Amino acid sequence: MNNLVLLTVIILLSSVGYFLGKRRTEKSVKGNIRTLHSLPGYYGLYIAFWCGLPAVLVFLLWMAFQSSVITSLVISDLPREFQSLPEDRLSLVFNDILNIASGAISHEQIDQALLEAVDHYNRLKSTGFAALLAVVLSVCLAGLGISLRKIKPDMPARAIVERAIRLLMILCSTIAIFTTIGIVLSVLFEAIRFFQQIAFTDFIFGMHWSPQMAIREDQVGAAGSFGMIPLLTGTLMISAIAMLVAVPVGLMSAIYMSEYAAERVRTVAKPVLEILAGIPTVVYGFFAALTVAPFIREFGSDMGLDVSSESALAAGLVMGIMIIPFVSSLSDDVIKAVPQSLRDASLGVGATQSETIIRVVVPAALPGIVGSILLAVSRAVGETMIVVMAAGLTANLTANPLQAVTTFTVQIVTLLIGDQEFDSAKTLAAFALGLVLFVMTLVLNIVALYVVRRYREQYE
Amino acid sequence: MNKSYLRDENSAARLLRIKAGLRRRYLVEKVFKSVGVVAILSALAMLAVLFISITGKGYSAFQQTFIRLDVKFDPSLIDPDQSGDAEVLSRADYGGLVKKSLREMFPEVKQRRQKKDLYSLASSGAFFQLREMVMADPDLIGTEQRIWVPADDDVDMLVKGHIQADSEGSGRIKPHTIHWINTLKEQGALEMRFNRVLFTNGDSREPELAGIWGAVVGSFYTLLVTLLLSFPLGVATAVYLEEFAPQNIWTDIIEVNINNLAAVPSIVFGLLGLAVFLNFFGLPRSAPMVGGLVLTLMTLPTIIIASRASLKSVPPSIREGALGVGASKMQAVTDHVLPLAMPGMLTGTIIGMARALGETAPLLMIGMVAFIVDIPTGIFDKATALPVQIYLWADSPERAFVERTSAAIIILLAFLLVMNAVAVVLRKKFERRW
Amino acid sequence: MRAPEESLKTVGTPILEKNVKISCRDVNVYYGTKQAIKDLSVDIAEREVTAFIGPSGCGKSTFLRCFNRMNDTIKDCKVTGEIIIDDENIYDKKIDAVLLRARIGMVFQKPNPFPKSIYQNVAYGPRIHGLATNKAELDDIVIGSLEKAGLFNEVKDQLEHPGTSLSGGQQQRLCIARAISVQPELILMDEPCSALDPIATGKIEELINELRKNYTIIIVTHSMQQAARVSQRTAFFHLGGLIEVGDTKKIFVNPEHRLTQDYITGRYG
Repeated sequence: MNNLVLLTVIILLSSVGYFLGKRRTEKSVKGNIRTLHSLPGYYGLYIAFWCGLPAVLVFLLWMAFQSSVITSLVISDLPREFQSLPEDRLSLVFNDILNIASGAISHEQIDQALLEAVDHYNRLKSTGFAALLAVVLSVCLAGLGISLRKIKPDMPARAIVERAIRLLMILCSTIAIFTTIGIVLSVLFEAIRFFQQIAFTDFIFGMHWSPQMAIREDQVGAAGSFGMIPLLTGTLMISAIAMLVAVPVGLMSAIYMSEYAAERVRTVAKPVLEILAGIPTVVYGFFAALTVAPFIREFGSDMGLDVSSESALAAGLVMGIMIIPFVSSLSDDVIKAVPQSLRDASLGVGATQSETIIRVVVPAALPGIVGSILLAVSRAVGETMIVVMAAGLTANLTANPLQAVTTFTVQIVTLLIGDQEFDSAKTLAAFALGLVLFVMTLVLNIVALYVVRRYREQYE
Repeated sequence: MNKSYLRDENSAARLLRIKAGLRRRYLVEKVFKSVGVVAILSALAMLAVLFISITGKGYSAFQQTFIRLDVKFDPSLIDPDQSGDAEVLSRADYGGLVKKSLREMFPEVKQRRQKKDLYSLASSGAFFQLREMVMADPDLIGTEQRIWVPADDDVDMLVKGHIQADSEGSGRIKPHTIHWINTLKEQGALEMRFNRVLFTNGDSREPELAGIWGAVVGSFYTLLVTLLLSFPLGVATAVYLEEFAPQNIWTDIIEVNINNLAAVPSIVFGLLGLAVFLNFFGLPRSAPMVGGLVLTLMTLPTIIIASRASLKSVPPSIREGALGVGASKMQAVTDHVLPLAMPGMLTGTIIGMARALGETAPLLMIGMVAFIVDIPTGIFDKATALPVQIYLWADSPERAFVERTSAAIIILLAFLLVMNAVAVVLRKKFERRW
Repeated sequence: MRAPEESLKTVGTPILEKNVKISCRDVNVYYGTKQAIKDLSVDIAEREVTAFIGPSGCGKSTFLRCFNRMNDTIKDCKVTGEIIIDDENIYDKKIDAVLLRARIGMVFQKPNPFPKSIYQNVAYGPRIHGLATNKAELDDIVIGSLEKAGLFNEVKDQLEHPGTSLSGGQQQRLCIARAISVQPELILMDEPCSALDPIATGKIEELINELRKNYTIIIVTHSMQQAARVSQRTAFFHLGGLIEVGDTKKIFVNPEHRLTQDYITGRYG
């Protein structure tokens, strides 16, 4: 809350700066604003920028690093017996400190050393805030003072302000790049730490996945095994089932909508289909786990088949439903891009509409359709909630869709939910899986976007 | 080369040949067309099944079984010394009051085990309800009040017909329990009432006390952060790329990046949030602030792409007109182009927000999946979000959580419906053809 | 000068005595509520090239698309009146549009070969209609059509190359080959040279002259020179009405109607 107050103060000071700047310029030319280089408002903005922007920047940087600095300071001041703890235990201790400080744990029966640390933490926090307040406010006022002195009637305030806005916009547009870099780095670093513990080839080619690390050293199977092949096959199987549902239904819907359906039908059916795309995946997951899976299980046992209650079939089917609008709207776009002249040519030699579609329109749109299917596959591979709720946890290496299989996303979620020690192979494995997932979907996306773009250029 | 075919066959014979194939070709046409119809209808049918199954499961959660108790606020049990001290009042044995009242309703119950079953008719929430009543009005002590308390979830499920009584008495619901319930019904001491708790409470282990309010507030804070960050950032990026950026490699890289980010699985954004925001910057776990940051990165591409499309649709003549009267490029954009493009940008933002509201996976990664009873009061409080709450409840074994999950889904879908409807209305209202 | 309402009546020789391939009577075409063709009656002679000329938007292309019922594919397009080809009203309910189009070839404004090989482009029509019973017959049809379109010698070594790899003029001749592969009686050409350079145009015009011996051809053109070069009869359209029709020579040398004269001398259009 204090931080919000501080931000408000910065904004207030900037607005004060704006009015001061405006007033001062107007006065300096005695209200005759024609002699000014720019409108008075720009001088005000100039001041406001000088007052607000550096301060906000300092504030953000401070915020970004405050907690890690405080953490290391508190830890370095802890008594020796804590310092010698392994890193993961230490972080637990620090968590206790935080909890005590926020009052989540009552003060009774706590180690004196910890209490001291809590005091230390609280002191650091309040000094930190005081220092932040001082620094930010002085930056604010310094900016205000300097810029107020700088303004002169013949200063090109508009050009400067516009340049600053432009710079801000450029900064905003680089966020996309920083996001990508952030994803790559965060996933990659943890993955590399994982590969320091588990051999890369064991991970990529290993046929066995059971990440349960032993709690005690002497337990059986203490190492856990991290072979991703069963996860890969599971992911691919569920995605394949999904595509078997989504591609025929989505493609045929798109063809019917764009080639046959009357305008009235289209205006109703299209948005209704899009609803499928707007339903949150957690809803599909619930639907898969509580409606579809039991139905398939029952149906299977009526047929004398043994169906797992977390069968790949159920998750895949529901995922397919989710992807239908994705396939149909993308295919709709590419089918619409096929020039009418090709249809005319085919109809002109006496082809029926279906012949025109099957022999001319679809082949002509094929690259685009393939591209959209690839995008849909990437969506299926990265889909999380449906499989988390409806697919299994055990990594079976099987080709039977009635059995339970698990996927990359399921394992990432199970490995990372709940309290984790940030250095165990188990936790790091999730990032290695994340890396594989990211690379897979990235390749699919790049290929798909490339194919679709080439296709569009062909008809432009 | 033999070209006789072309020259010689007369047109009548050729037409006959074509005619002969026509029936089959029209059959193919018909089949193909009906396959298309079947495809659309099956997609719509799946949608219908989804909605019907969820409303079918969920509508009953909006009602809850209540039991009428005649509670004597016995001073000797609540405040034996008549101190009137709040501390004493808050520590009194209100559960005992509930039990006593139940015992008085069914004096024939003597066995210890049966008594336990009897006590479990009423929700453990009755305890808090009584305490609140007394704390609010200490004058109640010594009086006898007729109050309605929520029934236990098993009773609720039984009354709603979701679970069947077990005749052997080995299950959760025993024959004598059914007898009591029937007796209560006959006496008019058991009633279905609107389940207000569902809308006002935070999460709870007891289904009859669990509500979505905490999750709704958590979602609200998360989306607030997302909106405040992603709208200005998205619009600024779109304006820069569409209006100012030079055509060079740098711009190309940004564009490719944005398109790719739009297709990166959401869970990867969760990993980013975990590694960068939690572990590197040390922001608090489970906080809407972090959730908002992650969702911002996720929704930015959507907003940018929609905003750019909206800017593109503003005809160049508007810009030229503004530049022609001596405005700078920046003025032309801020004064003329942006206002015209704003409805489109807002539509894109609302759709992005709707998607963010339904997003679950990345929030799991940053710990917004914890069991949190309290209603969050700020963006740094521990919180969960509506879809995550659905996930948590869907995972709970109690039968009563199934209907509550469905009810939460109905509420979530209602929010999404409203947001999308606003977007559609906005688009329709400001749709402009130049 | 004639009164304006009188001036939209067809002058010249719309109705022929003999050698009639198509006769149109009182044809009206509406797009929704807008009337594109107004009460048009005209005959088309067999084995002759008839040119439709007139300013843009005069309805000549719309009228052309009536002959193979391509207007059916446009929503809210309505055609009334009679178009009789060989004693059959093609707008009769009994007439099958697929069968009709197999009898009438069409060449479009922009060359529109399918994104398939040259061979597949030409084989498309015969294949869907089941005109060839084996590969040899199909080869015959393809090669024969390409020869007739004057393209065979240029592409005989690259029949498997995509049709889109050819030059614009070659593409258009490929489209003509595709149109004649089902041996139509009538070929409709909708400004077939508007997207081509003069040399390619010359080749197509030569081809049209050649095809006239076996086919009835209707060509819509923007270029009056082209109409003069390739056609025997010319029809001049204005605002959805047929203004004047007659021998090409007569129309260009001695037009009866004032509007025709103005158009031909380049005063408008």
